Amino acid sequence: MRVLAAMSGGVDSAVAAARAAEAGHDVTGVHMALSSNPQSYRTGARGCCTLEDSRDARRAADVIGIPFYVWDLAERFHRDVVEDFVSEYAAGRTPNPCLRCNEKIKFAALLDRAMALGFDAVCTGHYARLDAAGPAPVLRRGVDAGKDQSYVLAVCTPEQLAHALFPLGDTSKADIRREAERRGLQVADKPDSHDICFIADGDTRGFLAERLGAAPGPIVDTDGNEVGEHEGAYAYTIGQRKGLRIGTPAPDGRPRYVLDISPVTNTVTVGPRESLDVTEIVGERPVWLSDVRGGPFDCEVQLRAHGEVYPCTAEADGDRLRVRLAAPARGVAPGQAAVLYDGDRVLASATITDTARVPA
Amino acid sequence: MILVLYRLDGIQPNAGPAAAIPRAARRSAETPATPRAAAGNTSAADTVDPVVTYLDHAATTPMLPEAIESMTARLRELGNPSSLHAVGRHARRVVEESREIIAEAFGARPSEVVFTSGGTEADNLAVKGIFWARRAADPARNRVLASEVEHHAVMDAVHWLEDHEGARVDWIPVDERGRVRPEALLEAMGSGDDVALATVMWANNEVGTVQPVAELAAAARERGVPLHIDAVQAAGTLPVRFAASGAQALTLTGHKLGGPLGVGALLLAKPKEPVFLDPVPLLHGGGQERDVRSGTLDAPAIAGFAAAVQATVAQREAEAQRLTELRDRLIEAVRAAVPDAILNGDPVDRLPGNAHFSFPGCEGDALLMLLDARGIACSTGSACSAGVSQPSHVLMAMGTGADRARGSLRFTLGHTSTEADVKALADAIGPVVERARRAGLG
Repeated sequence: MRVLAAMSGGVDSAVAAARAAEAGHDVTGVHMALSSNPQSYRTGARGCCTLEDSRDARRAADVIGIPFYVWDLAERFHRDVVEDFVSEYAAGRTPNPCLRCNEKIKFAALLDRAMALGFDAVCTGHYARLDAAGPAPVLRRGVDAGKDQSYVLAVCTPEQLAHALFPLGDTSKADIRREAERRGLQVADKPDSHDICFIADGDTRGFLAERLGAAPGPIVDTDGNEVGEHEGAYAYTIGQRKGLRIGTPAPDGRPRYVLDISPVTNTVTVGPRESLDVTEIVGERPVWLSDVRGGPFDCEVQLRAHGEVYPCTAEADGDRLRVRLAAPARGVAPGQAAVLYDGDRVLASATITDTARVPA
Repeated sequence: MILVLYRLDGIQPNAGPAAAIPRAARRSAETPATPRAAAGNTSAADTVDPVVTYLDHAATTPMLPEAIESMTARLRELGNPSSLHAVGRHARRVVEESREIIAEAFGARPSEVVFTSGGTEADNLAVKGIFWARRAADPARNRVLASEVEHHAVMDAVHWLEDHEGARVDWIPVDERGRVRPEALLEAMGSGDDVALATVMWANNEVGTVQPVAELAAAARERGVPLHIDAVQAAGTLPVRFAASGAQALTLTGHKLGGPLGVGALLLAKPKEPVFLDPVPLLHGGGQERDVRSGTLDAPAIAGFAAAVQATVAQREAEAQRLTELRDRLIEAVRAAVPDAILNGDPVDRLPGNAHFSFPGCEGDALLMLLDARGIACSTGSACSAGVSQPSHVLMAMGTGADRARGSLRFTLGHTSTEADVKALADAIGPVVERARRAGLG
């Protein structure tokens, strides 16, 4: 196969490219330039979008012995990931930009361009197992539970996954680092990237404030009493406890959490921890990665990256996905993905729009 | 064939001066270095394949055998050209003979040749150094004039003066062929009293347009403004004569005309106050080059540079004719395969080896990759260190618009180019453009 290896400059994508080449594929390395002003992105070892990362990727391609190019996807990334991130927060939701990047950039803009230019597949360093041998691709968790990235890949359609290659899914991160060392890849001990690559200083609230402006409004409790003021409701996430700066303590003295964000009234509602419990979740734009559509069927659901897994019953409801949890989950934020699993296998995903607590 | 040019073995150490080299140094000089073992897998992707069709001579051109021979012979010799003993005098002689060769080849006096590490340093020395010197002599001279199509080595130096030295900058526009009109320079200069310098390239590195340098120099002279010319691209194929050009400073580099990388020169007129003063140095130290450039002179590289200049200038006219004909056949072949390809730059007044096209509906990066996969090396115009290709400032200044700028490729021919290279491109370009169009403009 002619394989395009997306190379971020990190250790995972470098080893993935090396494995694809070793498997006999005709591999070309491509580093995606995601900012027209790379200085504005996270620099050094922690990012994936800087000049240093581009040099690291190029050097890894040299060592592997594959051609290497930089593709400019800055415009698409800005529109589909950065602007989407800002507008999702503005709408009171909590987006996952890595997931959006997979859905719109790596397995859309990049894959489309690769296919048009004669490639058969895009290879990445994600920790997930993909079996494309059958009629429909089967996506499973990576064997390294701590690194598993099936959650952020579950938004990809079967058509997208049919042209994907994840060579690292069967290996632990520690072994990948050792393998990188053995292959002579300089990035073997490069630290993992964390946080959001396009927020250089890691200050998400500041990043949003710069783009959305100050929008002061009330923080209220569940009875509607004003207990504080915020600088912009977009800066909050369901389940958040820190940084609420509430002057008045709760009557019972217990910590309070963000329960609801209403962009329309610019109000943040706070309350006790147990009020975060939800038992029913509705998602939109479901993607089915198995033939158990319709339902209802029993499975497990994961509600955030590296989050817990909850037993549930799921069913399709028109173009929505309805999930009933066996026991309450806490702090479920609209905008995140609900990903259904059967053990290791991804069954479906949807973007969370509504949550509810239905008494048992 | 290109591989053969890079073979370094078989060249015997020069018998004479080698005798003066201490034993240990001689041994190491005569022992060929073993290439560093690759860390992991061998890297096959980047070795120069002998069947590669190299159409990127404007980026760098293979060293001429004469230059390799001259340089490698000197690499075996000892000597700091500034030392006062016999060994030093020998190295000095190599440098001075090279200086004379280069001066003669470009119609300058030997004392006007200032060796540098290459074109970028020469451009920076001219632009910043002359600005500083002229402004120090008269604080009213605070203005820099530069064409909109300068190489980054000039353009970014000018931007730096603007940002850090308070220089006022006027960018001189070009027409749709990339030409600077002398009237535009005259207009920008005004009385010229407040201008520190003007800088315009001899020929453009991207689209190959040759500037009317004689008229531009006459205009600058009329207003008493010193002119710097970046002649890096022109020197190998056009009749570049320093004294006759009327410029006060002119940039050359070795590797664009068959010499080694890492060596160049600034041709610099003798100071003639008040119009022209020696530039303020960028590099301070031993004052080796006329006190405007310090640093131990790289005698082997300078010898290689001079040998390349000598060989190139001796064959210049015939080679320019050959390249022009080959280039015209390349243009015809591309147009036959891709009828809507647009030739950028001046159709007549262009560098003999330059063909620069826009391919509507294509991304230049995609074209480059597809050609590279077929063993054809070319350029999207200007390499960009940032990795993200901005639309070429040259094409934007010519008014092509961003899409046409993004879909452009530069093919440049040089001394190793043959009919077979044109044929290879002619066969590949049609299918490649068709394929790239499917991917569109992203």
